[in-house]
Amino acid sequence: MAEIDTSGGGGHKKGGVKKAKKLSTRVDLTPMVDLGFLLITFFIFTTTMSKPKTMEINMPFKDENMKKEEQSKVKESTALTLLLSKDHRVYYYEGIGSDATNPPKVEIAYFKNPGGIRDVIIDKKAKVDALVRSGALQATDKTTVLIKPDFNSTYEDFVNIIDEMSINGIQVYAVVDISPVDKEFIALTEAANAGK
Amino acid sequence: MSRPKIARKSTFIDMTAMCDVAFLLLSFFMLATKFKPDEPVVVVTPASISKVILPDADIMLITVDAKGRVFFSIDNKSIRKSLIENVDEWKGLGLSDAEMYQFSIGSSIGAPFNQLKGYLAATPEARAAYDKTTAGVPTDTSVTNPDNELAMWIRSARNNNPKLRICIKADGEASYPSIQKIISTLAGWKIFKFNLITNLKAVPPGTYASQPAETAAK
Repeated sequence: MAEIDTSGGGGHKKGGVKKAKKLSTRVDLTPMVDLGFLLITFFIFTTTMSKPKTMEINMPFKDENMKKEEQSKVKESTALTLLLSKDHRVYYYEGIGSDATNPPKVEIAYFKNPGGIRDVIIDKKAKVDALVRSGALQATDKTTVLIKPDFNSTYEDFVNIIDEMSINGIQVYAVVDISPVDKEFIALTEAANAGK
Repeated sequence: MSRPKIARKSTFIDMTAMCDVAFLLLSFFMLATKFKPDEPVVVVTPASISKVILPDADIMLITVDAKGRVFFSIDNKSIRKSLIENVDEWKGLGLSDAEMYQFSIGSSIGAPFNQLKGYLAATPEARAAYDKTTAGVPTDTSVTNPDNELAMWIRSARNNNPKLRICIKADGEASYPSIQKIISTLAGWKIFKFNLITNLKAVPPGTYASQPAETAAK
């Protein structure tokens, strides 16, 4: 194939003596190489190299028969509530927003960095650590993050926020259904910001 | 004037080495990779820093595309066979042996029960076309709702293989309510631990998660 016959083909006519032709043991491997690379191309296109990565998630245990006393209580001072909303916004406030007479200050953050939701989580963690050091909280108290995705948030927001938990080393967090009160917080904050 | 003779060189190149390289690479790719699984829809998963690798066997895969359509699949061929037999008996679908065989060798199912027979009887091309337009497996937040067909799939699959690990592979654009339906369906069957399939992204520097790696490097 790659070899060009340069002998002209008339070499045997001159000689009178007939010699046994010595056959070359050389095999042209070019088609074999072609085949090899063809198969490599096939394997590259039809297979995957890396196994899919997964994120393990534990949802809070939910049971209708569970007694009120058995349910875990979250302390106001260790809690941070994150409300995921439309356009990848995160509304957040400290505490769990259970006190109706004293509504929490709701603010907006985004996933961008720096100055995004990560800084909010780091700040909260530092605050709780300081409270533990000063003795206001016990050493067993940890920063607790409540994640409440609203209906207009996307799956990407959900994964991003859970990922932020592992990035920032938040060990205690829970994904909870959004409550009407929290929806009201979002609406109020939106109305307050619309005027600006 | 005589021209200086130019030695005629042979154009033959020894291909043996090249051949060796080609087959070495070939054997590497054959051993190091595995075939891409057949997927009915294109799903772009969001990224996370988690490095947990998906186990090879006993997987129940719930795929959600960008429009929130749900597809259901389990991995083992023999379990798929007994699953479809159970579902056929339970829901009275009246599937033929050939249709059940099609299910056992097929991939993700995105058809509701009443269209399953027609879907399995169709040609692979017709099925691919159906997957583009189907509304997916009907889901709901409550497992007691008779329209929650995903709940029935999950229940039958877990009856066949209790070890099944549940994986959700959803598109980043999928709306949260469609995911919430699946999560509450799982919660209805008392499954609180499952896996989300994500792409790998780098750990942001200077954060808590990057610290153990940094100290190990020092």
